[in-house]
Amino acid sequence: MAVVKGRESIGSRLFDAGNYAFLLVLAVTFIYPFWTIILQAFSPPDALYRLGLHVWISDWRLEPWYYVFQEERVGLAYFNTIFRTVFGTLASLLVTFTGAYALSKRNLPFRAPITAVYLMTLFFSGGLIPFYLLIRGLGLINTRLVLILPLAINVFNIIIARNFLMTIDQAMEDSAVIDGAGYWRVLFRIMVPLSKPVIAVIALWNAVSYWNEWFQAMIFAPKKHLQVLQMMVREILLRDRLVDQVDNFMAQMLEDLGELGLARIPPESIQAATVLVTIGPIILLYPFVQKYFVKGVMLGSLKG
Amino acid sequence: MSFIAPAETQEDLARRYKVILRRQTMRRFLRMRSFYVLLSLSLGLLILLKYVPIYGALIAFKDFNVTKGILGSPWNDFAHFRRLTADPFFLRVVWNTFWLSVLRIVFAFPAPVILALLLNEVRNTAYKRTIQSISYLPHFMSWVVLYGIFREILSSQRGVIGYLFTLVGLEPINWLTNVPTFRGLIVVTGIWQSVGWGTIVFLAALSSVDPELYESAEIDGAGRFAKAVRVTIPAMVPVIVILLLLQVSKVLDESFDQIFNLYNPLVYSVADVIDTYIYRSGIVEGQYGYTAAVGLFKNVAGLIIVLGVNEAIRRRSEFGLW
Repeated sequence: MAVVKGRESIGSRLFDAGNYAFLLVLAVTFIYPFWTIILQAFSPPDALYRLGLHVWISDWRLEPWYYVFQEERVGLAYFNTIFRTVFGTLASLLVTFTGAYALSKRNLPFRAPITAVYLMTLFFSGGLIPFYLLIRGLGLINTRLVLILPLAINVFNIIIARNFLMTIDQAMEDSAVIDGAGYWRVLFRIMVPLSKPVIAVIALWNAVSYWNEWFQAMIFAPKKHLQVLQMMVREILLRDRLVDQVDNFMAQMLEDLGELGLARIPPESIQAATVLVTIGPIILLYPFVQKYFVKGVMLGSLKG
Repeated sequence: MSFIAPAETQEDLARRYKVILRRQTMRRFLRMRSFYVLLSLSLGLLILLKYVPIYGALIAFKDFNVTKGILGSPWNDFAHFRRLTADPFFLRVVWNTFWLSVLRIVFAFPAPVILALLLNEVRNTAYKRTIQSISYLPHFMSWVVLYGIFREILSSQRGVIGYLFTLVGLEPINWLTNVPTFRGLIVVTGIWQSVGWGTIVFLAALSSVDPELYESAEIDGAGRFAKAVRVTIPAMVPVIVILLLLQVSKVLDESFDQIFNLYNPLVYSVADVIDTYIYRSGIVEGQYGYTAAVGLFKNVAGLIIVLGVNEAIRRRSEFGLW
């Protein structure tokens, strides 16, 4: 749309100004909460303990970070989360692509009823309690496997991958088969390289969901040695959830910390620091991978 | 040499055709067996993790006893379901779930549509991209983390919302424990988290609009507003309708992650929803049979609503949700 500047009405220009300003304010409301957490994590005691629009602190402190990095559980939670994310993403990619590839074969006998078996799970489930009892019955409580397995199957992702694979020219595969390649070879040598875009998208989605997942970690792996970052943050945040209004919790927390020889670090700062430790990798990688996520939504919205 | 086909009736032909077809399918089945090996991984997990729990939902009809197992536990003549109809907490959580969903449909659903319209009017691509990227960010955060962030913003002793209240002469509110405003808080924080991400599908729909439509609208003398109303909005309508119906069909599915992290016992009266109730009474208190019944009620009702909504659109137009 080439619009000639001179022809634009005053109303149109006013709208533009208002629109740009509104979107700017909106962007600030998206960023500001994260910014306050950053300030909080570096703030000296009491500096932010008042009402106000906090945009800067004059005195940046590292004490909360000493505390966070010296806590053994932070390192452990990091390890558990990274372990879960790496192996979970790999497992879910394997499950997704083997299933999607088979379901993408138009001439596969019983393809329609099998696909229906997959799709039905999107509309009906047994519910949380039978699922919980199943996991318990399988003896998976407090195992590393339970942090990986249940999230590895995602029917929605299988359908997206299947739809993508169905757009790949059958001739590519046929010629490989004629050259003597087996199905596994075709899958890994031909199909996987051709579906890089959809693999990237699904891998990223899975990585984020493994990183952020906390509910299954809470109910299936409550043991300390399996604690993931999200659950650690939740625990640290909840230590004073209801005491929040009672106002004496500062004193209480400072007392607790005094026992650790770390007095004068506000608990909010420690909480903020653990929150930052948890979302840090996402925030740092986000600018680079953001476009793939968006692509994924586009892939998903295509009809298969 | 002439070949005379034996006299075959139509039925014989059909039967033979079927036999051949079946034989072919079997042959294809054998030839393609590697694909079933590939399939077995996800299908096995699917049956184990999605279908076995459906079978496990049988405990909703039984006096479930872990040592006796699902089959060994005695039937209890719908005792859980009878209890459910008289349980004031159950009625409360169904109402809360429904009411929060309605609030979300009315207030949260239009938000990404409006934002997409505003973004569509931005002609500076760099500015538009930047705003978009920033608006997606909260979507990638778990509600555990978002609770930590909101608690600072919403605190009545520190943070910015209370500050803004004092600026206009109001008392700061303890949002996370204030019953009258809690549902609003859930809706608003939900919008904050998902509005940016929600614009993607609408903007995708707009990117496929033929620019000629705008040009011809201009020739007809349409201004910007008229173009937005006559071209942009109609282009989004099909997506809006589908997403709205999907949203409607999920009225019993309140966002567990969000509510569970933001709520606390002081606001249970307005914020306790079906899923949080199932978690607390089932997993925390161990009333497996009863909460399995609550879950089954929710899932069956949810399925009926989805099918009903789909049927309703199918009658009115040629396309359904699937």
